[in-house]
Amino acid sequence: MQNNNDHSNERDNRALAMRVDHAAKDFPVLTSNGSPTNETFCVFEDVNFDVHEGEFLSMIGHSGCGKSTLLNIMAGFDRPSRGGIVVDGKEVTAPGLDRMVVFQSFALMPWLTCFVNVRVAVRSAHPDWTKDQINAHTQKYIDMMGLTGAESKRPSMLSGGMRQRVGLARAFCVEPKVLLLDEPFAQIDALTRGVIQDELMRMWEVTNSTVFMVTHDVDEAILLSDRIALMSNGPNAKLAEIIEVNIPRPRTRQQMIDSPEYTRIRNHILHFLISHQMAAEPSGSEEGGSTEPPDEDAKSQQPSASAVV
Amino acid sequence: MKPYVDRFKIVPKLLSLLLMIVFLFIWHGATRQAAFNQTGLSADDLMLMEMNGDIIPDPETEGSYINNPEKQSTFPGPIKVWEKIIEEFSDPFHAKGTNDHGIGWLIIYTLTVFAIGFLLASIAGIVMGVCIGLSRTLFDVLNPFLQVLKPISPVAWMPLLLYTVQDGTAVSILVVFLAALWPTVANTAFGVNNIREDYIRVASLLQFGWVRKMFTVILPGAAPAIVSGLRISFGSALIAIVPAEMLLGELGVGYNIWMEWNNLDIAGVIFAILVFGVLGFALDSLLDRVAKGVSFAE
Repeated sequence: MQNNNDHSNERDNRALAMRVDHAAKDFPVLTSNGSPTNETFCVFEDVNFDVHEGEFLSMIGHSGCGKSTLLNIMAGFDRPSRGGIVVDGKEVTAPGLDRMVVFQSFALMPWLTCFVNVRVAVRSAHPDWTKDQINAHTQKYIDMMGLTGAESKRPSMLSGGMRQRVGLARAFCVEPKVLLLDEPFAQIDALTRGVIQDELMRMWEVTNSTVFMVTHDVDEAILLSDRIALMSNGPNAKLAEIIEVNIPRPRTRQQMIDSPEYTRIRNHILHFLISHQMAAEPSGSEEGGSTEPPDEDAKSQQPSASAVV
Repeated sequence: MKPYVDRFKIVPKLLSLLLMIVFLFIWHGATRQAAFNQTGLSADDLMLMEMNGDIIPDPETEGSYINNPEKQSTFPGPIKVWEKIIEEFSDPFHAKGTNDHGIGWLIIYTLTVFAIGFLLASIAGIVMGVCIGLSRTLFDVLNPFLQVLKPISPVAWMPLLLYTVQDGTAVSILVVFLAALWPTVANTAFGVNNIREDYIRVASLLQFGWVRKMFTVILPGAAPAIVSGLRISFGSALIAIVPAEMLLGELGVGYNIWMEWNNLDIAGVIFAILVFGVLGFALDSLLDRVAKGVSFAE
């Protein structure tokens, strides 16, 4: 099923940033009142893929396929039931500064100003730096994310888009080995989303980062990604295929819409999602208990192909 | 929006004042002693009442009587209480003996006891609450004890405390401590336990050490809950200090209430009660400022 052979030679020559090696996750089956039983069900299994240095890889799939769970395992918040994740030659067992996460809920400390929210990350990454060096580095990323002037504001005073800029600045300033984006723009209004996607793309190009992103938004995935991983439906979800996005960079929205490659990939993904949606429905109420992974975000929507803004 | 609110903020204040005036009038009216009326009373009756001290001969009119101002038979009115307030505050720092301290000394004594007990309880309560809030196991281990200890009135400990500690002031401090401990423990544990998982995840991503996690994430995240716990503790400590001082009979405003009762000085009792009300109000507004300083919007 997996189209790993499609890798371009150029990409295969790039250094490996992260390897997902036969990862699988089981969750206990829940009774109707929500308490776990001894039985387990498998959310996803046998997931295998590599993320290369400087690559932007997105993952799309229906709710319940375990995308967010996989991202949590990559971050070290959760442990796989079988298999594992290797970053920089070491197996992931705990959270670390080499894998910064950008959260759907922003996860900014509301009691700290924007500047301090970023600075705590810089301080962690460079404990040996002086105060001036830390402040200068923080300011650099604040400026790069277009947050100049909002440094002393609390997150509650900012719009969702501005908050996620702080979240991105906090993640980028650490200069991690891999950036993990967990539906980063799902809570941002559609008009702002486009602008902040462009900014993410620019930051990714400038910093030459490696990114793994979980998303529901097909257009977002095509615009930003080098490759898009498609997950089949859970339980027992598998990596169905990885699509190459051969739209030349730097990309713009305008240029992307006109590209025949865009239309082809978009149709391909939508066909995949619709066919899996139909396949998923009859088996939906097969088991007595709930088969939703407990930590899958309740707010997750179905994948959508929102209009390109 | 703001000027509108400001303009009408004065209205509730005026209504409060009006309510106060109405209350004082009713109080005054209800406690005012009617002028003595001797019609229908025989000379023997009058003589008996005079001997009893209820009435005295009117110095202005021969053969008639008025109420004895020295013997207040009815509940004191607001004017009487006001006179008592003036009297107490005209000489607040006298100390003519163990049973006759000025109100200034009494307030300072009570406030010192309260401050020491409350401060110790706050520190102990926050430390305990953070530990319990962070560790599910510790919570499960300690929760049965907390549930049993929490409902015990702090005053109930007094015989035991007197038996072991003996010093009256130390016992008052401990009673305040016990009264102020549990709400802070419970609220702190709740606040720490309910810090959003995301913040804890950020702390672990950024490899925060123990101390940094505590001061950057856990304490600020739980601060609003901690402060609301402190306010509940504060109220229950202020409630507990009154019977403690009454029972100990050493010093303090609470003791003063009981002493005035022993003297049958009802105006003095009302005065001492008012002192507690004002003290509580002043200290609570102070805590309110602290609460506003640490609150945050999500």
